[in-house]
Amino acid sequence: MAGLNGPIIDVQGVGKVFGRGAGVTHALEGVSLAIQPREFVAIIGPSGCGKSTLLRIVGDLVEPSGGAVRVKGKTPHQARLDRDYGIVFQTPVLYEWRTVLRNVELPLEVMGRPRSEWQGRAQGMLQLVGLGAFQHHYPWQLSGGMQQRVAIARALVFNPSILLMDEPFGALDELTRERLNLELLTIWSQTSATVLFITHSISEAVFLSSRVMVMSPRPGRIERTVTIDLPRPRTAQTRATARFFELVTLVREGLREDPAVAAGRDAVAEDA
Amino acid sequence: MDAAAERITTAPRRPVRRGVLSLSVIAAIVVIWEGAKAIFSIPTFMLPHVHEIFGEFVRRGGRGELYAGIMAHNAAYTAWEAIIGFVLGGVAGLVLAVSFAYSRLLERGLLPYVIASQTVPILAIAPMIVIWLGTSWVSKAVIAAYLTFFPVTINMLRGFKSVDHDALALMRSLAATARQAFFKLQFPAALPYLFTALRISATASVIGAIIGELPVGSRYGMGVVIINAAQYYNWRPANLWAAILVSASIGIGFYHAVAAVERRVVRWRPVGTEDRWPG
Repeated sequence: MAGLNGPIIDVQGVGKVFGRGAGVTHALEGVSLAIQPREFVAIIGPSGCGKSTLLRIVGDLVEPSGGAVRVKGKTPHQARLDRDYGIVFQTPVLYEWRTVLRNVELPLEVMGRPRSEWQGRAQGMLQLVGLGAFQHHYPWQLSGGMQQRVAIARALVFNPSILLMDEPFGALDELTRERLNLELLTIWSQTSATVLFITHSISEAVFLSSRVMVMSPRPGRIERTVTIDLPRPRTAQTRATARFFELVTLVREGLREDPAVAAGRDAVAEDA
Repeated sequence: MDAAAERITTAPRRPVRRGVLSLSVIAAIVVIWEGAKAIFSIPTFMLPHVHEIFGEFVRRGGRGELYAGIMAHNAAYTAWEAIIGFVLGGVAGLVLAVSFAYSRLLERGLLPYVIASQTVPILAIAPMIVIWLGTSWVSKAVIAAYLTFFPVTINMLRGFKSVDHDALALMRSLAATARQAFFKLQFPAALPYLFTALRISATASVIGAIIGELPVGSRYGMGVVIINAAQYYNWRPANLWAAILVSASIGIGFYHAVAAVERRVVRWRPVGTEDRWPG
């Protein structure tokens, strides 16, 4: 397959304009980024900075207005047809008429995988996210955190090479979010997926990823990239280390500062 | 097991409680009915006694046959027409809703006429349909279908459009075919809307069948019974009231039949939790 030695996701000068005439909004402008295979990249920015739009452009759910995107050397459209993407949305988007197990089986069903395969794979994924005992429950019987774990199981059940996560824990309370952060890293370590993770939580972005990209709003562009050199596996103690605080501070500065200053500091951040 | 799951297990006790409730309501209606008749001295031609209405069923007709039998025969005829109309109208309504959901052109072009079709008084259209299709059950079923399809079309269209954006995006990300997206997502998501429509249509189909029986030439059905009873109202008012009671019972029976099917099909959430559905 082409492009396996280069970045798995390659975004070059992508822009997105919504609307026309007086009501025009420049959601994204000149966004470029390259993500290597097996990387965990978080994109952080204030609401309305176009970070979700960027994820949807990568996943071929939204057409860019300009620029080029290559995924595994292919167009995002081809990558979608090849089922390269597992997606977790802000809300769990579980199908309420299906049990937990049947929700996780859905991708295998749609892809026409042999029926004999569905249950075993889905049950395995549910074990992995710690919901093996809830497979016959309906979504409404689960808490928000459990529902989002089902969504993660559903996204990973067919072993996609890319996991796109659009503020998946944004609606959860802080405690649940931190627990799910830990679980996500455990799950991720057992897959070979590359993760693009959208969030507006600084500590979440730093804790999870290998690189944090900070976006500015209207038009959305990447102002700063912070390499996260915290050792893995990361644990609850990771959040208490001095390096964690330093990195959080670096990202926070990137979010606060105006573009010109942030650009000047970029080199410093990359060196760290 | 959590509290929510326990709520389901208590559900089977509900029918008993509901039975007691509806019996109490019926008893209250009888008390108010007879009380009003006594207090305001309402004459029988305006409001017969409750026992007179039920007495009509055990009365014998001109040829010695039990009136309950005559009613049952006509009621079955009307119910048959209504069922056929309900099925025809349900299918037509579904087909329209699906084609509108998939084609904005069709929706824009045809939806105004679908709405207009329901603003025309059915009483004015019924005689024409009977003239075109004859006085057999076919014309009555078509009139019943005419009233049935509309709620199905409007509700299903709304159901299809209410499908969550990200739920559709999920299907797209899985490279699902249009057929898969329809049968695995859009149709099941719209099912609660369909059943809301079918409950309305169930009662409307009975009204449609009865209206179809009113034009001259019809020989059987509750419409014919009502016309006859109305002609002899001054002489025997309880007869019309009995016909009304039977007609209403058909509609109520239909409604509950649909609700029973709904409870079996829409099993994923306990009945009556629509309002406190957790986001």
